[in-house]
Amino acid sequence: MKTARVAHAGALHTAVPHVDGVQLADGRVLPEDAVVWLPPFEVGTVIALGLNYADHVKELSKELTVTTKDEPLVFFKSASSLIGHRGQTRRPAGVAFMHYECELAVVIGRTARKVERTQAMAHVAGYTVCNDYAVRDHLENWYRPNLRVKNRDGGTVLGPWLVDAADVPDPHALTLRTSVNGRVTQQGNTADLINDIPALIEYLSGFMTLQAGDVILTGTPDGVVNVDVGDEVITEIVGIGRLVNTIVGDEPFGR
Amino acid sequence: MPLSSLQIDVPPYRLSGTVIAALLNDPAQLDALGKAAHEPPYKAPPKGPVLAVRPRHTLAADGDDLVVPDGEEALTVGASLGVVVGRTVCRADDAAAMGCVAGYVMAAEVAVPLASHYRPAVRFIARDGYCPLGTRVVPAEALPQPESLAVRIEVDGTPVLTGTTGGRLRGIARLIADVSDFMTLRPGDVLLLGAGHGAPRVRAGQTVTLHIDGVGRLHHRVVAESVAGSAGASGVPA
Repeated sequence: MKTARVAHAGALHTAVPHVDGVQLADGRVLPEDAVVWLPPFEVGTVIALGLNYADHVKELSKELTVTTKDEPLVFFKSASSLIGHRGQTRRPAGVAFMHYECELAVVIGRTARKVERTQAMAHVAGYTVCNDYAVRDHLENWYRPNLRVKNRDGGTVLGPWLVDAADVPDPHALTLRTSVNGRVTQQGNTADLINDIPALIEYLSGFMTLQAGDVILTGTPDGVVNVDVGDEVITEIVGIGRLVNTIVGDEPFGR
Repeated sequence: MPLSSLQIDVPPYRLSGTVIAALLNDPAQLDALGKAAHEPPYKAPPKGPVLAVRPRHTLAADGDDLVVPDGEEALTVGASLGVVVGRTVCRADDAAAMGCVAGYVMAAEVAVPLASHYRPAVRFIARDGYCPLGTRVVPAEALPQPESLAVRIEVDGTPVLTGTTGGRLRGIARLIADVSDFMTLRPGDVLLLGAGHGAPRVRAGQTVTLHIDGVGRLHHRVVAESVAGSAGASGVPA
């Protein structure tokens, strides 16, 4: 089952896919652009992985001191940075390199503490798509990646659907694809995750209690490129969802 | 202990669970790094605020045990002033920033000692229960000089550190201004001003008590992970 959280006509609703757009729980069928899409579940802790695809590590290797054999690179984000499908993300004026990151988002459904990898998948509720923007101009080498790069308002796009884990027989065989203005710029497959989902749950739950609603953003493959004001960025994971986002400038924000 | 069960009862404020800590906000902490702050991997001292999210699993209450992971010898425990946001704030300037402060709360910053500041190192600084918060928010109007408060830490009842909430690289107003430039702060969010240099090391079997005058006190036992048992220090329900 796929579910979304949307706002329509003054209220929040749970929606499911319909051939003509979306269908609300009360029966109303609406075009996709007639609702406001929110992140598809109540998000708890946002756990993000850096450098979790071998090709992306290679892509960035000139500026990095890590190898694929290092401990997973984990950082936390706050839910305040989240927006939904069809939202807008601000690109600050004067920035030289802002890029998307298409990522499989793993949603925890059951408390996990010191869970071994063989039991890990039982704690997964489902999956969605994340576009985890970064503004690289602001990178500093202190607790990197620092929050000004990765935790900006509107910089974490999540959705459109929460897909039940039961409907995704192999989450390690999913095609990821990003297009900017219709041109494919990034492709990958979750088969190439350095730390796969059970490994991540085992690692994380070894020092922190994972709770229902927590989400693990599993990292992005090779192929991140700069995006500009006006660009339409679509991050898609086949079978999970197609997440649309538009880059806007400072002006709508009065800056 | 989950945040919802903490007795934060200063209406209409509540702790939302978004806690952001300022790290390396005491000039003495960077001074202690010396030339290393200019060398790889850092290459240059930090320009912006050094920040870390403290998610809900890190939150703990006064009296909760602090757990030393198996294989580690000690923890560092620092005392930080927690600044509780009471009004939505985005792009505040220094002058406007203080207007969003609802009050102040005690906070502790617990970590497994780690020499490097290069990576987020969440396994060392964001384990279950490593961000205890006090049970009382002191209203801002009751604390007109929040940056001249005495800080004291005792280990097993013996004073080991005295300091102040002042002298930070970024004081409260500047920290709010710099953070709210890129992320909107909301009522119930908490910014930790940051522990001072010299946070003491504590070992399993010891107790640590943190005081900030006028704000409150946190008292914790330090226990070994193998003793803490399967429930863990955070008390998160299974």
